Amino acid sequence: MTDPTGVRSPKAARTKDRAATAVLAAIVFAIVVMLVVVVGHVVASGAGKLVDLSFLSGKPEQFKAGGGIGPEIFNSFYLLLLTLLISLPISLLAAVFLTQYLPEGPVARVAKTAIETLSSLPSIVVGLFGMLAFVLSAGWGFSILSGALALTMFNLPILVRVIQQALEAVPRTQRDAALALGLTRWEATTMILIPVAMPAIVTGVIISAGRVFGEAAALIYTAGQSAPTLDFLNFDLSSTSCPWNVMRPAETLAVHIWKINSEGVVPDLSAVSAGTAAVLMVCILAFNVIARLVGRALERRMTAA
Amino acid sequence: MSDAGNGVVLSARDVSVSYGTHLALQPSSIDFAAGSVTALIGPSGCGKSTFLRCLNLMNREIRGCTIEGRVIYHGQDVNTPDVDSYALRRQVGMVFQQPNPFPKSIYENVAFAPRRHGMASRSELDALVERSLRAAALWDETKDKLFASAMALSGGQQQRLCIARALALDPDVVIMDEPCSALDPIATFSIEDTISDMASRGICVIIVTHNMEQAARVSDRCAFFLLGELVEQGPTNELFSTPKDNRLEDYLTGRFG
Amino acid sequence: MALSTTSKRRLERRGQFISGLAVLLVVVLVCTLIFMVCSRGIATFTRDGVPLGSFLTGRTWNPHQSNELGQPTVGALPMVLGSFGVTLLSCAFSLPFALGASIFVVEVAPTFGRKFFRPLVELLTGIPSVVFGVIGLTMVVPWTRSWAGGTGYGILSSSIVLALMIFPTMMSLTADALSAVPDSYRDGSYGLGCTRWQTVCHVVLPTALPGILTATIMGMARAFGEALAVQMVIGNAAQMPSSLLTPASTLTSIITTSMGNEAMGTVYNDVLWSLALILLIMSMAFILLVHLVGRKGSSND
Repeated sequence: MTDPTGVRSPKAARTKDRAATAVLAAIVFAIVVMLVVVVGHVVASGAGKLVDLSFLSGKPEQFKAGGGIGPEIFNSFYLLLLTLLISLPISLLAAVFLTQYLPEGPVARVAKTAIETLSSLPSIVVGLFGMLAFVLSAGWGFSILSGALALTMFNLPILVRVIQQALEAVPRTQRDAALALGLTRWEATTMILIPVAMPAIVTGVIISAGRVFGEAAALIYTAGQSAPTLDFLNFDLSSTSCPWNVMRPAETLAVHIWKINSEGVVPDLSAVSAGTAAVLMVCILAFNVIARLVGRALERRMTAA
Repeated sequence: MSDAGNGVVLSARDVSVSYGTHLALQPSSIDFAAGSVTALIGPSGCGKSTFLRCLNLMNREIRGCTIEGRVIYHGQDVNTPDVDSYALRRQVGMVFQQPNPFPKSIYENVAFAPRRHGMASRSELDALVERSLRAAALWDETKDKLFASAMALSGGQQQRLCIARALALDPDVVIMDEPCSALDPIATFSIEDTISDMASRGICVIIVTHNMEQAARVSDRCAFFLLGELVEQGPTNELFSTPKDNRLEDYLTGRFG
Repeated sequence: MALSTTSKRRLERRGQFISGLAVLLVVVLVCTLIFMVCSRGIATFTRDGVPLGSFLTGRTWNPHQSNELGQPTVGALPMVLGSFGVTLLSCAFSLPFALGASIFVVEVAPTFGRKFFRPLVELLTGIPSVVFGVIGLTMVVPWTRSWAGGTGYGILSSSIVLALMIFPTMMSLTADALSAVPDSYRDGSYGLGCTRWQTVCHVVLPTALPGILTATIMGMARAFGEALAVQMVIGNAAQMPSSLLTPASTLTSIITTSMGNEAMGTVYNDVLWSLALILLIMSMAFILLVHLVGRKGSSND
């Protein structure tokens, strides 16, 4: 396996080695520069809007300049919340079943294949299915509910995997200890394993929340592309201006970016687009930072004296 | 088995274990009496831990592992599909090789299982926690920090906490899988004291160890395993002074293992 | 044995039941999805009478018109080529960087990799695809326009955007594959007096090859299925791609732009579902490929 030239002239080999290291370092340097430029560009070009309260709270404009993204910000968080409310229990239970009750065998193989398939599906396909199943067949129309369910399908495989890994990382001895005290697997899992795995689970859930928050392709045909004006004093759950009404259409930040760019009608398109992208980026960065901080804090609390 | 019927709590009759098609333990029979300490000895991989884990049916938790034969607890065969392991494991406490306290408070480690088994009264639990910690010789060190995390204790303290956790369920058998192998000599002696203490209170203690001195120090009876076979058993002093089987003699004189 | 354990048994059975139900729900959802997309997707061939061959190889996309046989002109070849084009090209752009960076952070500077570079790259994973679309519109398209001419919209711009987007996936998986090579292999090579570069080329990379292939396939799968970022920069012209610089379209981009405008049950709508079916089949093919590579890799050991 040895390079024949290397054996004959170790000096040449050493020169080559140094050259290769230099090239690799250059590649890494280029990547870091590219990253900083790209992320910096997004944040910098939207920085003005980022601190503009009338942009952050105002309502979007269809044809005029000066529109804001207030409803979009609310919609993004509301959809995220609903999605997590639906997908978290399902994926937690599914992960428990797959790790504790049935880690092997044909049933587990079918389930794992299904989850893998779901995770590899393009999100636009998930969105199309959502349109077919929730918007049309179930008759829920373009609504927050349809959107949240589509996002749930998008989020489920990610969460199941995260929670599965977190549960598998808990030392076996913890489960053995619980079982040896005459507890059921269910008790061992819910009262020992899940609390132990909690830091990893929380970190994973927040990171997946970031992905849900930025998802657009699964939403354009489920939650719709319009953002009705919201009246936060309206508690009539059947009214489209009631923020909490799950049957109203709701455009999120990510969908807003896509829509204004592909329609290209608003005159201040590039400013609104850049501002919205910056807001989205800042939220995602915040999710990442929070995930790390919360994970570390939980970890410390658990092992602390 | 001369002492059958003489306070026998737990016995194994032709118990064998296989992983898939591989026979890990050949049919073995042995009786364990109340108030006695039995040491299971032998080189590593000889099946002594596998045998130990049959006594509270822990092997059932390993996929592909089957236990054959009868495990008789107070005259009842518990190794049958219609007897579940929950009640048995409350009566047959287990202490593991690595100290494995739950990442909860010291109090919660002891009170957790009794609570799950239906004990709700705070005063009863308080008393139980104190009693169990005293029995494991841990009370004096921990009484002022019962609600601190168990993870902050030293290795030896953690292992005694695990003993207290098992004792909280008031078991009449305690099985221990090399409980001192991760501990320093001082912690080891303290655990050995606790073992003698438990036996003197009528608990049947079964301990796996590869340390001959420890077996000689703590046990009344010994069982020698080799290559998945229960080779010889008897009172510890007889077994050590006049081994009947050549393989045990070779092992004791250090010819292998 | 004082207390009865029937309550424990009941608890255990209930836990097993509801957690099993969650798994069942996921399986049923996936099966429903596959069934619904398939049944919609084959309507083009069963109901509208478009032969499969002319759908896959037809070069003209104009679903509102029919040809002389009365069949709608729905040649999907432009989109299929567009999809494969951007996928392969973006992989070609991304792979050298992913590989180079992985070698650097695993073999040359592990601490720098663990503490700084990989968290940074992980951050990139979280950037939403629409933001990549915006990056494409505001940075990549103007660059290609000024450097290569044309409108700036097209396969080249899309591939650059996708390359940025799939880089974190490919880099993370590649680095994992390199880290998984046992150190004893490296020690053996160093023991023979080989340099680091020789060790990487002759020992580490060959051993990690299945993992690197997996990383590449995962990157391709992500690029193939990406909709919005591509749709924003490719120009969306449903015509045979004549160069990398002219507007083109992919399966995902044409679905994204047209699905909202065509009513359910029309020929146009049916064909869009057929395109979605191709996406579905391809994503399954990618999984299959990953499994084949994985099995080959493990049987080589």
